[in-house]
Amino acid sequence: MKKSIGLALSALLIAWSATALAQDAALIEAAKKERKVVWYTSLAIPSSTMLAHLFMNKYKGIEVEVHRSGSQRVLQRTMQEISAGIKNVDIIHTSDAGHFVLLKDKGLLMKYVPKAVESFPAGFKDSDGFYYGMRATLSVIAYNPKILADKEAPQAWKDLLDPKWRGKQVTAHPGYSGIIMTHVLALVKEFGWDYFKALAQNKLHLVQSANDPAGVVASGERPVGVNGAEYFYYKTLKQGNPIKIVYPKEGVPLVVSPTAIAKDSPHPNAAKLFTEFIFTKEAQQTLADREGLYTGHPEVTYPKDKPVLKALKLLAVSPDELEKRNEEIKKRFVEFFGA
Amino acid sequence: MSYAEAVGRLRAGTWLRLKAVDRTLPVWIGAALFLIFLMILPLGWIFVTSVKGEQGFTFDGYLQVFKEGALLKAIWQTLIISTWVGVIAVVIGALLGWLVTRSDLPFKRTVRALVMASFVTPPFLGAFAWTLLAGPNAGELNKLYRWLTGAEGHLFNIFSREGLIIVMALYSFPYVFSMIANVCELMSSDLEDAANILGARKWRVALTVTLPLAAPALIGGFILAFLHSLSLFGAPAILGLPAGLHTITTQIWALFQYPPRLDLAAALSVPLLLATMALLAVQKKLLGRRGYSTVGGKGGQKRLVRLGALRIPLFLLVVGILALSVFLPYWILLKASLAKAWAMPLTWDNFTLHNFTFTFFEYGDTQNAIINTFQLGILTATVGTGIAALIAYITNRRLFRGARYLTFFALAPLVVPGVVLAVGLFIAYTRPPIVLYGTIWILFVAYLTKEMPIGFSQAETTFKSIHPELEDASRILGANRLRVLKDITAPLARSGLIATWCFIFIGVIRELSASILLFTPKSKVISVVIFDLKEEGQVGVIAVLGILLLVVSFAVVLSVQWMLAREVVATRE
Repeated sequence: MKKSIGLALSALLIAWSATALAQDAALIEAAKKERKVVWYTSLAIPSSTMLAHLFMNKYKGIEVEVHRSGSQRVLQRTMQEISAGIKNVDIIHTSDAGHFVLLKDKGLLMKYVPKAVESFPAGFKDSDGFYYGMRATLSVIAYNPKILADKEAPQAWKDLLDPKWRGKQVTAHPGYSGIIMTHVLALVKEFGWDYFKALAQNKLHLVQSANDPAGVVASGERPVGVNGAEYFYYKTLKQGNPIKIVYPKEGVPLVVSPTAIAKDSPHPNAAKLFTEFIFTKEAQQTLADREGLYTGHPEVTYPKDKPVLKALKLLAVSPDELEKRNEEIKKRFVEFFGA
Repeated sequence: MSYAEAVGRLRAGTWLRLKAVDRTLPVWIGAALFLIFLMILPLGWIFVTSVKGEQGFTFDGYLQVFKEGALLKAIWQTLIISTWVGVIAVVIGALLGWLVTRSDLPFKRTVRALVMASFVTPPFLGAFAWTLLAGPNAGELNKLYRWLTGAEGHLFNIFSREGLIIVMALYSFPYVFSMIANVCELMSSDLEDAANILGARKWRVALTVTLPLAAPALIGGFILAFLHSLSLFGAPAILGLPAGLHTITTQIWALFQYPPRLDLAAALSVPLLLATMALLAVQKKLLGRRGYSTVGGKGGQKRLVRLGALRIPLFLLVVGILALSVFLPYWILLKASLAKAWAMPLTWDNFTLHNFTFTFFEYGDTQNAIINTFQLGILTATVGTGIAALIAYITNRRLFRGARYLTFFALAPLVVPGVVLAVGLFIAYTRPPIVLYGTIWILFVAYLTKEMPIGFSQAETTFKSIHPELEDASRILGANRLRVLKDITAPLARSGLIATWCFIFIGVIRELSASILLFTPKSKVISVVIFDLKEEGQVGVIAVLGILLLVVSFAVVLSVQWMLAREVVATRE
């Protein structure tokens, strides 16, 4: 009896996985007919290029067209195209989770649940099934150890307000970067706008992308980065550049970057296949190993020299609040920093 | 029938008189459509958008522009910056223009070629190179300064208003240079000789005779440089924004971010448009009057001024200026393209070809952008030269009554800065019935409009230099107008038109200020990709693409020069 149940179960399992395989095969087939997938992404150029090539090697004949820009630019371009009736984008990926609240509210996203995200934690999933956190990173402080001794380097967000840093700091821009948008909101909630007003007194060097401070700090143009994408600092450091990352004890803004398929996606099957692909353990592990990113995949392991997320005090913000306060944040930031 | 009568009849053209309406109508309709679609529609939309509120007509947009501190500040900054750029460009351009044409400066041809090189260098690329040269801490020149003097601070901070002014002046002075060089070449030495005979010294002659003679050109040059810097987008975005400094163009661009404020962008475009119109009117008045009989005709003698003891110091000064605009920026771009870390010395450890392999074989935007850019360059240059030549030929030979008014059509785009044109085209062509946005055609329209005045003036000069006598002679001998065009005019005009093509092509492949508002991910061009990369700080890839742009520009210029040189030789034989 037991044996037959076991047999029946395994037969069921085989049948189930066969249908799953058949479904996969059908999706791959359909995707190959569409030949390409257009990806508007805010993932750093080297990382997004790497991921695209990984996919293209696995699924020969499907081209991934990568269009990389800052999160806010990605949204701008997407919305400009939509308002002109142009259907070009398949997959939208930014680091400003608020964008996906906006896009979902306007009915511009396609509902699709990739298989792998079932095991992802709640912070990585939209409850209605429209978007999922493809990667996560932190916004951190960094400095150039060739210029600053560890003792004098800033260790906390409030340390950055010291007038001795005047002319020595660099910040990225929330009007460009979703990571910095999240960063500003997280710190405003913690310290209020006065923090940024005081910070602006130090005459910061203003760059756009959250990836750019890494280069600015490494070259020594400004020895201290008051924010920036942790994964890009880490990558730059690993390439042998003089960078040290500080994870402030007051709390570190956590940035989960969602991805979604556009409702009017011209290559819907390729888009689904690509979405399935980026959530596989293989792709997520590569993001962790090669790009220094965190992910929501429970089985992924991280490089030994990166802190475990659980050991840090994380500052998370809700996508709804990000979407509501987007304009306020951009406006006040420009007011304080000039551009 | 006298010869004059015969020529008169031929010029009026019997075929034109017989079917005057049929023949000229298409030209007029073409010109009118051209103007409507490329100018009136976009600019009309700007005015409409700037006064259209949610409940009908409103001045809110304008009120907000003049009420909001940030926008007002941008206008004010732009005026200060452009004025200084104008002044510095005139000083450099006039000095070099005069030295190259009227003095015994050594290596004059090389100097001219290098001025041409700074003209060809896209200002945004120059600005980018200068961030690597004179960033206050990591900039190579500031590091050199600290090493030499042992000082702690920096010599120069390029991320400042002063830095922006200097870099913009370095890439605006060639406009003044070419104006001054032209005037100096036409001016005879008679008046200067007279002053000399009356006992005035060299420098007094220069100040009291030569300078006043060149005054209209100097003021005209100032206005040209002023307008050029007013319309630049890339340089202020790269050098100004990091210091928290907005100009009108960067502010207009910022207003396109989501949610777009097209009403404000339009309202901010109008003052820019009016300022440009006013200044061009002034310039036209100044240059049009030309009360100086000695300027404008050839003849008379020209003598070179001997610089004497100043010859070498002045030459070094010229080399120094060209180092700032050409040598140093090119060198740092090359270094950045070959280095792993651009701020470190270029040792074997730091050497890499990865930037090149990544740009050309991995980075997905490169190939698409190269194709788009050259497609647009060739297309615009070919169509533009065709239209410019047609209009120039018709107006120059007065082929029908009122022909000279066509000039207006061709020169009108001069008053519209690139960003403003882009705002208009964006509003006009992102909505039905004509949606050009999303294709390269909207860029084509923008480039064609923007380059038309330059193309037209080039073509105009060409036809002016071909005397109608030759055409008349062949008409008298029985050839019809088409045959004359083919056998006489075309071969003579060929070199001039090739030069026109080349001018437009180079103008197109370096265009940023209009492209930045009109591109979509599918229709990216190289300049836009470079700007995108700049925002992410991808120094190595930018350097590679910048070098590509420069190499192609120089290849085009040099091959055209080579072709034309052969052409000249051939006709002499």
